[in-house]
Amino acid sequence: MNRGYINRIKDKAFGLVGLIATLFGLLILTFLIGQVFYEGYNRIDLDFIKSLPSRKPEKAGIYTALAGTVWILFLTTIFSLPLGISTGIYLEEYTKKSRFTDLLEINVSNLAGVPSIIYGLLGLEVFGRMLNLGNSLLAGALTLSLLVLPIIIVTTREAIRAVPNSLRMASYGLGASKWQTIWEQILPASMGGILTGVILAISRAVGETAPLLVVGALAYVPFAPSSPLDEFTVLPIQIFNWISRPQHGFSVNAAAAILLLLTITFIMNGVAVYLRNRWQKKHNW
Amino acid sequence: MTQKNKEVCIELVLKLSGTITVLTTFGIIWVLFSESFSFFKEVSIVEFLTDNQWTPLFANKRFGIMPLISGTLLTTAIALTVALPLGLSIAIYLSEYAPKRLRLIVKPLLEMLASIPTVVYGFFALMIVTPFLKTILPNISGFNALSAGIVMGIMIIPFISSMSEDALRSVPKSIREASYGIGATRLQTSFRVMVPAASSGIIVSVILAFSRAIGETMIVAIAAGQQPRLTLNPLVPIETITAYIVQVSLGDVPHGSLEYKTIFAAGMTLFVFTFILNNIAFWVRKKFREEYE
Repeated sequence: MNRGYINRIKDKAFGLVGLIATLFGLLILTFLIGQVFYEGYNRIDLDFIKSLPSRKPEKAGIYTALAGTVWILFLTTIFSLPLGISTGIYLEEYTKKSRFTDLLEINVSNLAGVPSIIYGLLGLEVFGRMLNLGNSLLAGALTLSLLVLPIIIVTTREAIRAVPNSLRMASYGLGASKWQTIWEQILPASMGGILTGVILAISRAVGETAPLLVVGALAYVPFAPSSPLDEFTVLPIQIFNWISRPQHGFSVNAAAAILLLLTITFIMNGVAVYLRNRWQKKHNW
Repeated sequence: MTQKNKEVCIELVLKLSGTITVLTTFGIIWVLFSESFSFFKEVSIVEFLTDNQWTPLFANKRFGIMPLISGTLLTTAIALTVALPLGLSIAIYLSEYAPKRLRLIVKPLLEMLASIPTVVYGFFALMIVTPFLKTILPNISGFNALSAGIVMGIMIIPFISSMSEDALRSVPKSIREASYGIGATRLQTSFRVMVPAASSGIIVSVILAFSRAIGETMIVAIAAGQQPRLTLNPLVPIETITAYIVQVSLGDVPHGSLEYKTIFAAGMTLFVFTFILNNIAFWVRKKFREEYE
């Protein structure tokens, strides 16, 4: 056998290894979703969604957790969206290369790498204790807003950077001011990319458990929160609580709640990917 | 208000929101330092770093962080053992072997693995992977580092595969074609030309995955146990830094007590680890980025 032949065999062999590795990843994904579906699907009905928590697994529902998740989603969007987008605009449009912008850049990339549980410690001290918000929805949402801010900033910057300079120059040429150019030209042109980032960030916030546990979100909340200052629980925490109980009924509940949580996450991610693709097609500079 | 004033005001508002990110960093460092500082007034830093027991919640309190660090590194090592070969094979396969259409379908699907909330992975580890491991290794505990580590590895596969694939694909085509031109196979081209050319991006992806695994919380809190233990045995319950913070948060620890301060000392240790790793990644990316024209 000559070396060329052996090399071709090795080449084919690695192709097979790569294919198997890829299929393995996809298989795990399918298996995971399938397993959760199998365990939890029959548990999901209107009662499961409308019921309050209970000691009996067959009576327990996710009403309070779902309400908490919707609140968190809403509040986190309100806080993080304007802050993230305006920081992105500032970094991309207003700053010249300087020590300060270098610092901001390293800072944002560092914040993106800080483990989520550390944000929980920050929220516990700053929002929970210093601002006296305790373990309220507001404290939780503010904590998560800081957590997802780097995601929004980074995607906003990328979207703005993709807008060609000629558009900017044309707008200036017509006598528009800097802010008019940004507001009338650059933001509309980069909106698709920015929205993608926002949706991905919010979907991340919806799935977070650890920082909210540290801030003090409770596993058992008898009523749905009615104001941002109320105590709360969210779907991931409810799932965590059910997983930690020994009775089989609760792990079925956990699977059912996971199914709902995954549906929410996948829908949000799907919308984000769709927006990104549509926007890329529309604005092929 | 004139247009000029309006512009200045807007710039100021934007600048202020930019400062929030800086304040967040200062906030994190300040919170961790100040609480850790008052922790180290009561516990010597030598004991913290060298004692081999971590029992702040027991009557006989010992404050050695080593068992938590060993638990963290053990699960992380298992995760990387799973994710590195798989993630890199996938990256090379998708960039060098797979047809374009397959890549366009598979990549977003694999990225779904990264978008799944970690509490779901915890469920997967505890309810499915651990029982499965029990059929192979009958003496494995119900909570163990192995199951949590494997599942964490699956979670970080897309971090490595996606970022490494991006790095491989940003190497100019001409380099790949030159390699084919002198008769190299795809395998030779991959490992002798493409991987070295994309090495900085690949290294960054691995470091970031490493950092992500160290900070991962819910999988280990659910499936690895709550027993700080200085061991390399993956079959027994252990506790990671993150799982300890969760354990204390779930309990009723009064604010200002020594137990309360332990989570900040533990958090500080975690922060130092991830901070160093993230900065190495940032530095590698800046310093060794191959620029092709």
